[in-house]
Amino acid sequence: MKMPDENKLAKQKKRNQSIAFWIFRLLSYLIVAILFAILSFIVFKGIGVINWNFITQMPEEGMTKGGIFPAIVGTLCLVAGSMLFAFPVGVLAAIYMNEYVKDGIIKKIIKQMTNNLAGIPSIVFGLFGMSLFVNKLHFGDSILAGSLTLGLLALPVVIRTTEEALKAVDNTFRHASLGLGASKWQTTRSVVLPIAFPNIITGLILSIGRVSGETAPILFTVAAYFLPKLPTSIFDQAMALPYHLYVLSTSGTNIAESRPVAYGTALVLIIIVLIANLLANGLRKYFGKKVKMN
Amino acid sequence: MYKIESKNVDFFYGASQALKNINLAIKPNTVTALIGPSGCGKSTYLRLFNRMNDLIDNTKIGGQVLIDGDDIYAKGVNVDSLRKEVGMVFQKPNPFPKTIFENVAYGLRVNGITDKKFIEERVEETIKQVVLWDEVKDKLKKSAFELSGGQQQRLCIARALAIQPSIVLMDEPTSALDPISTSKVEELIYELKAKYTIVIVTHNMQQAGRVSDTTAFFYMGELVEYDNTKTIFTNPKVERTQNYITGRFG
Amino acid sequence: MKTFYKKFSEKFIEGLLMLSSTITTLTVVLIVVFLFKEGLGVFNKKPVEDGFVIALNKQNPVNKLTSAQLKNIFDQKITNWSEVGGKKDSIILFRMEDITNYYSEEQIGEKFERLPQCIGKVVDSLPNIIAFFSTKYLDKNFQGKQLDIDKISFKEFFGGKEWFPTAQPSAQLGVLPLILGTLWVSLGAILLALPLGLAAAVYMSEIADEKVRKVMKPLIELLAGIPSVVYGFFGLVIIVPLIQKVFDLPVGETGLAGSIVLGIMALPTIITISEDAMRNTPRAMKEASLALGASKWQTIYKVVVPYSISGITAGAILGIGRAIGETMAVLMVTGNAAVIPHTILEPVRTIPATIAAELGEASNGGLHYKALFALGCILFIITLIINLTVEYISNRKKYNNR
Repeated sequence: MKMPDENKLAKQKKRNQSIAFWIFRLLSYLIVAILFAILSFIVFKGIGVINWNFITQMPEEGMTKGGIFPAIVGTLCLVAGSMLFAFPVGVLAAIYMNEYVKDGIIKKIIKQMTNNLAGIPSIVFGLFGMSLFVNKLHFGDSILAGSLTLGLLALPVVIRTTEEALKAVDNTFRHASLGLGASKWQTTRSVVLPIAFPNIITGLILSIGRVSGETAPILFTVAAYFLPKLPTSIFDQAMALPYHLYVLSTSGTNIAESRPVAYGTALVLIIIVLIANLLANGLRKYFGKKVKMN
Repeated sequence: MYKIESKNVDFFYGASQALKNINLAIKPNTVTALIGPSGCGKSTYLRLFNRMNDLIDNTKIGGQVLIDGDDIYAKGVNVDSLRKEVGMVFQKPNPFPKTIFENVAYGLRVNGITDKKFIEERVEETIKQVVLWDEVKDKLKKSAFELSGGQQQRLCIARALAIQPSIVLMDEPTSALDPISTSKVEELIYELKAKYTIVIVTHNMQQAGRVSDTTAFFYMGELVEYDNTKTIFTNPKVERTQNYITGRFG
Repeated sequence: MKTFYKKFSEKFIEGLLMLSSTITTLTVVLIVVFLFKEGLGVFNKKPVEDGFVIALNKQNPVNKLTSAQLKNIFDQKITNWSEVGGKKDSIILFRMEDITNYYSEEQIGEKFERLPQCIGKVVDSLPNIIAFFSTKYLDKNFQGKQLDIDKISFKEFFGGKEWFPTAQPSAQLGVLPLILGTLWVSLGAILLALPLGLAAAVYMSEIADEKVRKVMKPLIELLAGIPSVVYGFFGLVIIVPLIQKVFDLPVGETGLAGSIVLGIMALPTIITISEDAMRNTPRAMKEASLALGASKWQTIYKVVVPYSISGITAGAILGIGRAIGETMAVLMVTGNAAVIPHTILEPVRTIPATIAAELGEASNGGLHYKALFALGCILFIITLIINLTVEYISNRKKYNNR
């Protein structure tokens, strides 16, 4: 048996390693490049379109001119509505899961179901929202129906991030509080929640980013193709940014001429997501702990 | 001629100094035990001999570590070859997610050996060497995770021996094992002495007393005392050593 | 009194918390109920819309026609009765508007009051006729034979190769092209995303230093945060024209465009999950490999990747799941032709895109509507299987590590 030449072997190993590492580095940079390609494309095309009028005016001339004000308002309404539902419910559910219920079959079922809900495609939420809220409960195509549908979609995200935030709270805090004779709820409310609060808020911001970009769930529950006025009640239809972008780029009356408005709309959407991500990251850094999105 | 020598060795994690001016020489075919309370630097010191500390960012070494008279921290030293020469066994059994056979063959393969027959022979020989052959000969193709903790640790020792190092470093190799497995590993260490130079870090005073020829007592990054194990345990020169060995602190 | 109040409010709050935690479960149950109630309803329907009849002359021996046969007859792909088990005679088609070929407007009447009798007479007089008209105009003394149409069968639904839910007289509800389209596009996506995503995961967890990683991690998260409609828009204005140019195609909206966009969208899932898995490789295991003289690269592919293989698999499967369920981006770039694709350079249509594109036009509770819900059921089942598989894989891993 001839032993391999040490130096030759070492050289070979080194070469293989640097080839492999370079490939991986390049592929990783490629992904970053793709991200920047998408972002910069939309920023460059959209930045010229966005101005004060664009965000505060109604659409005009078959949506080829004017602004996207109603779509912005609609999306804000939907985000607010869905969070009004998902945030309290999600946080309460997470508190129950993490602070109250003991390991066992019930916890397992709830966990499993939450996971399942998170895995359901958004278009199925759309189907469900339409058949339950729009048809069965007679909300019609309305902000209420759309918000509830989006809220259900965001629920697993809120639950998961909140649970992680609660798990990150050291048990000694709980024991100290309970040891002083505080009840479970008192402990949760005045000790655990304040410590977990920043991470819970981070989760909230990330879900807002997610909800504001969703299209499929609102297609049949709220979204209006064109509505030159603002919604006045939760039973009104509304325009929404992502749906507006979809309409402008695929089925508008004049796709070519409405392209600039589409770029502008895409940029507004991206800015919302960017702000949500930056805010969440900033908070995370500021408070030093981590909440995972996925 | 000493197998391992360290001359004025300092070691830093960032700004904090973990080892201070360590001078120590180890003869070939001996078992040397490094003892001392947690955080005294004994594991850090052990990991200098195969340059394992290189993996940690922001560390710095001063002084010289010589193996067979060569400075292993000199420029141009091939770290892979060094690590082939200096085997290591870790605190917890850490077999790879591979078959029993492949675990032992791993070191051969990564060092460029492809001769199938040679590998088979060497694997068998090494597993026999650690007295594990009868227990695993029928399940060489099974996952190493199926073995018990003690068997896994002996497999890890076999894995380290398969590439025929001349030095074996052991970092608390029995701390995760039950008493019976521990005594098996200790017996093994004793037998391996004939072929290898062994350096073992241990928390267990009795173990140091049972298996080692010489013992080095570390405290707060300094080498307090280094002598024959017998002398250290029966007649230490420094009071601090005495206190540690008799369990007054630790 | 005070302790009673405290106890009561504690119980009340606990109840409230419990109620909240049941909402996800309740939603899943409700989704299943609503989806399947509507979706299974499709098998209780006939492919011919309610309120319409298909009638033959009473002498015609044919008693039954399948929905595919009906379509082919009215598309004039079947032109002879012998092809569907009748006599050897060519088929005469009759739609309601054809009545003017047989009777004048006066004979029919100003308010179509005599239309039923006229239709009855036409059907009576022509032995080879097949007539399709509204039940509104079915004469009380109609002499012809009203054709019995089978309800839509499982076999027809899952094995049918054509999806024309609005075809007259008989809707074609074969989901095969949609299922295949979905699988094609998702498979293409994962083939693109997996090598790229794994490379990035390996790079971030094992190769890059902490500084690079700290920059890349939020960028990957940002990639996950971009709305799917923006991906679709990007695909539509950049990737689609590019594909059209490069491959010199009539249209750039193809399965390939869908795969590329979905591949990019699946990246964050794959990267995040497999990176997590690799970072969970015990340090001691990596050190053991290095201590045996292995290089860092050897350690990665011989120890780190095998150790984290279940996490990597989970990431890949979840990536596929994300691709299968994705709606908007696919809807915008794949061209949405409901035919079985032969190459990736043809337009295809996926299940979610079909639902999104057609639900707006389908009348509430009708056949088309129910068929789209049935598609939703298929989607739901696929994603459920994917979720359970991932769960199974990750549980198995826990067992292995003990």
